[in-house]
Amino acid sequence: MISAQDFLILSVDISLVMLLLAFLLTIVRIVIGPTLPDRVLALDMLVAVGIGFIAIIGIKTGYFLYIDVAIALGLIGFLATVAFSRYVLNRGTVVDEGGDPEGNYNIIEIEIRQSAQSAQPASAQTVQGDS
Amino acid sequence: MQDVIYIVAALLMLVGASFALIAAIGILRLPDIYTRTHAASKAGTLGSGLLLLALAVFSQELTVVTRAFAAIVFFLLTAPISSHLLARAAYLAGYPPEPSTDIRGMAEYGPGQSKQ
Repeated sequence: MISAQDFLILSVDISLVMLLLAFLLTIVRIVIGPTLPDRVLALDMLVAVGIGFIAIIGIKTGYFLYIDVAIALGLIGFLATVAFSRYVLNRGTVVDEGGDPEGNYNIIEIEIRQSAQSAQPASAQTVQGDS
Repeated sequence: MQDVIYIVAALLMLVGASFALIAAIGILRLPDIYTRTHAASKAGTLGSGLLLLALAVFSQELTVVTRAFAAIVFFLLTAPISSHLLARAAYLAGYPPEPSTDIRGMAEYGPGQSKQ
């Protein structure tokens, strides 16, 4: 029977390995995409994994001041995700390989695209001019 | 008593790291952005929150515990906002859902109704 302290040290190591795997899998999603929102979501997940790393390192070393770093990192991650969401929203029509710029997915998508063009002709025209 | 605190912190840490790993697997395996949002926002937030809770249990200091709870509440408040904002932006920008998705219910919230 191992002591509680040994169990704590062992679970610190196991948790670090699991978080490393989570980090690598999230990086795979960032690299392969395929769309911009996927990458933004994976960056958000990366911030969450980084906060977990900080908490475990705080337990491992005993420097509890690390939790201030975790709070600051969470704030920055939230603001980055909100800013990227506004960017995705304002960029308008899909232009990367996740979608066809002409919008030929299915009937519902074509209807949505037509209603968007009739509702906002100015922004739709500028984006469509590039493609 | 110290042993109990060590064991509770170790279990919280293992469960939190498991949730973070499950969230990462979900981000990699799920088919489109709208389903991946579920994995990242729910399991990912719970994972980092449990790890911070393990730090709070392990420290046994009031200043660390209050800051850990402030961080957990902050994450629980902001994770749904950011993931909802991202999924909504992706939908309004026209990113297609998985073909098996039934989006008839979302059609009335489509791009035409977004910016009044």
